[in-house]
Amino acid sequence: MESRSNLAIEERKDSIQTKGEQTQPFKCNTDSVAGCVSQRACVYCGARVVLNPITDAIHLVHGPIGCASYTWDIRGSLTSGADLFRFSFSTDLQEMDIIFGGEKKLTRAIDDLVAKYHPPLMFVYSTCIVGVIGDDLEAVCKAASKRHRIQVIPVQSSGFIGSKSAGYKAACDALMRLMEPPPGEELEKDKTINYLGEFNLAGELWIIQNYLKRIGIELNVALTGDSSYDTLKLATKACLNIVQCAGSMIYTANQMKERFHIPYMNISFIGIEDTSESLRRIARTYQDTEMMRRTEELIQTETEAIAPKIAYYRSKLQGKKAAIYVGGGFKAISLIKQFRELGIEVVMVGTQTGREEEYETINDLVKEGTVIMDDTNPSELEKFIIEKEADLLVGGVKERPLAYKMGIAFIDHNHDRKHPLSGYAGAANFAEEVYATVCSPVWAYRERCLSTGAKEERT
Amino acid sequence: MKNQKESYRNVSENPCNMCMPLGGIIAFRGIEGSMTLLHGSQGCATYMRRTISEHYEEPIDVASSSLNEKGTVFGGEENLKKGLDNVRLLYEPKMIGVLTTCLAETIGEDIGRITSRYLEERQLTDGLPIVNVPTPGYGGSHSEGYWRTVFTIISSLAEDRMSHAKINVIVPHISTADLREIKRMLRLMNIDFILLPDYADTLDAPYSKPYKKIPDGGTRLEDIRKMPGAKATLEIGLTVEDSQSAGKYLENEFGVPLFRVPLPVGIESTDRFFNTLKLISGKEIPDEISRERGRLLDGMFDSHKYNFEGRAAIFGEPEQVYAVTRLCLENGIHPLVIATGSRSKKLEQLLHAEFAKIDGSPDNHHEKYELMSDTDFAHILEKSREVKVNLAVGHSEGKILTERADIPLVRYGFPVIDRVGGQRILSAGYQGSLCFLDRLTNTLLENKYRNYRSEMYQKYYQIYK
Repeated sequence: MESRSNLAIEERKDSIQTKGEQTQPFKCNTDSVAGCVSQRACVYCGARVVLNPITDAIHLVHGPIGCASYTWDIRGSLTSGADLFRFSFSTDLQEMDIIFGGEKKLTRAIDDLVAKYHPPLMFVYSTCIVGVIGDDLEAVCKAASKRHRIQVIPVQSSGFIGSKSAGYKAACDALMRLMEPPPGEELEKDKTINYLGEFNLAGELWIIQNYLKRIGIELNVALTGDSSYDTLKLATKACLNIVQCAGSMIYTANQMKERFHIPYMNISFIGIEDTSESLRRIARTYQDTEMMRRTEELIQTETEAIAPKIAYYRSKLQGKKAAIYVGGGFKAISLIKQFRELGIEVVMVGTQTGREEEYETINDLVKEGTVIMDDTNPSELEKFIIEKEADLLVGGVKERPLAYKMGIAFIDHNHDRKHPLSGYAGAANFAEEVYATVCSPVWAYRERCLSTGAKEERT
Repeated sequence: MKNQKESYRNVSENPCNMCMPLGGIIAFRGIEGSMTLLHGSQGCATYMRRTISEHYEEPIDVASSSLNEKGTVFGGEENLKKGLDNVRLLYEPKMIGVLTTCLAETIGEDIGRITSRYLEERQLTDGLPIVNVPTPGYGGSHSEGYWRTVFTIISSLAEDRMSHAKINVIVPHISTADLREIKRMLRLMNIDFILLPDYADTLDAPYSKPYKKIPDGGTRLEDIRKMPGAKATLEIGLTVEDSQSAGKYLENEFGVPLFRVPLPVGIESTDRFFNTLKLISGKEIPDEISRERGRLLDGMFDSHKYNFEGRAAIFGEPEQVYAVTRLCLENGIHPLVIATGSRSKKLEQLLHAEFAKIDGSPDNHHEKYELMSDTDFAHILEKSREVKVNLAVGHSEGKILTERADIPLVRYGFPVIDRVGGQRILSAGYQGSLCFLDRLTNTLLENKYRNYRSEMYQKYYQIYK
């Protein structure tokens, strides 16, 4: 097997490091290298995944059909009300539109959709070619807003203007426009909190909302899981923002702090340790001893309830090795801790869009010898999974077949999963899922070929 | 017959198709040792890899030239060349397919010039074929992308006129199980063939150790080169336009006789498949095939009454839609909504002819049906509700019909992403057709048994009371 120093692509070297052996600064947050088969998506995708869970909005993609096709119902976000967000709308640009410009078609598309669905809100996403042919999205949306008396918000998300995180920023810009009150009007603050970077996958928002309610905190609105035009309009009245997916929402949190004076706090409800600690930190900001007591009570009740299950799985999983490749740094950090709760060591960890400070935290958390990488590709994943003898890979849809083809276990931490992984309930689900995949009987057949089977039969 | 001519559409609502490069990726996957690079921004490759991965459950490595703002403004030549360098380093491919995206097409990238200069610069002119296919996302659906890529592979590589006894077999985008079934049938007929594209193993690779970045299998390059010398071409694809037909190209350029047949789904199409093979090769149809045919007939008779209750919506790529419509028609299932997200004049003509046969017959019991090209699921759903469809046949996105209108969906075509085994769904040949028919009938039965108690209660007991 080729050694690390034989890594094929020279330009990738600074984006991969082994803890304890780093000699150069870690390179992240840069463009993908051409031809490297990056696992990353684009700017438009970043914007779409953040805004898509807004339940009663029309999400109109201004571009060719593929962009809308590949992101139809992209998240497993659940709704307690409207479900317009689960539809996929596109101006389906054709060659003539590219030549003569797509503004007129976009205008007609908006008009048609307003007439058919009467939405309170519409997002119009720009795609690569719209950026190139130079349609004036801003002007078209502004005119449509005026005509229909609803908010039509342009999302500047041409695919080539950066990586997925540029799309997060585009989505945040759109959200800020949505939250901005009319001139002279500001909402009065109350004691509620907003939950940023939470997309209600498989009802995860509802799990956390329930915890908060039990300790006496009312949730104002989540950005953007199970949110709606009306609830988002009230976002600025909260007294605190808690931020789960920092990758996608830290920008919004900062903007809201600056513009609306709402402080924020990074939290994580992934894993028992992070969930408990996050609840404590949130409660502490209220400086209410009764609330602190209820928080401790909840932590104890919930932890005890899942303890036997966790202990059982831990006994089965102790000593296994995991590799992580997920979208954001936040998720990777929580996962490292969560694996530790199960007695599993992380031997490889990477992200698509992690930031420098997140990689520092990752480096602090992992053991010597762990490989850390940014914007990796299948060849590197394969190489380090083998070298580090990982038993398990955590990733999304594209990584799954690779893990299985290599004959190792896999955990879906992608955004269309159908079971929650947040909070105590999620921690139990996670343990169960890790056990189900790592300890499946199927791996026993991995090393056996047909002829060995026959030999055993004879004896 | 009523032909739904869509007026100019401003907005597509819940698309029934994907874009051109996706079809191109699948076609390239059917060539031995080939690797694909998409010239455009990073997201396109990632989305398509994800979609194909979900259906085939295989790692789908597709490189991207990862165009950024600079490349978009000043041209992407450097990115494309660097991409090709890295693909060669990482994968050591025998061939590279370069597909364009909307972005590359719109900024006017001349990929033919760039890649040929690249080959010269790297002194690879004899060693590494690069096949360039323009596949702008606004130029057509994934189905068109597939056919155009098959066409371009053949027109770029086929050169050797030396005649031989093999026949060329060109296939549409079908499941790997169907691909294997077609190969089995050809072998049963004792026919020596060159099949293209052959992704039966590359998109459904057996587990093996160690893992191979480019899986074994695929049509061999030397076989593609020899296609002009074949005895004949059997192109499974009635809906493909002449200008995109690789079979037509081989006939026009090299005089290889072309035989076009529909997908062998259903009894008539499969009969035609075997009769054509017999005609080309002069070989007899073996008993085993006759027994399989007999079994299909037996199954058709057993289930015909249940099928008569079927009112179907059929959607997907044109070739598949045509095949399913024929299967339904010959089994008494009423196709009432027939739809494709592609633009296909051929499909319309073929179905017109098909329905004209029925319209002319004295026992015509058909209600009005809708034929929709270049359509979306908003229209399919609306029509399906209107004509009270009770069976949907097509890819996974059709689940919207189940969710919104309680119409059960039999999954067929691409993509099947909400069930396992999309790549293993068998529907071709006599055996496959029977499997397919059973799936249709059983779905109708399941629905009937689920509802008939309450229906009868409502209908008769409530009135009596």
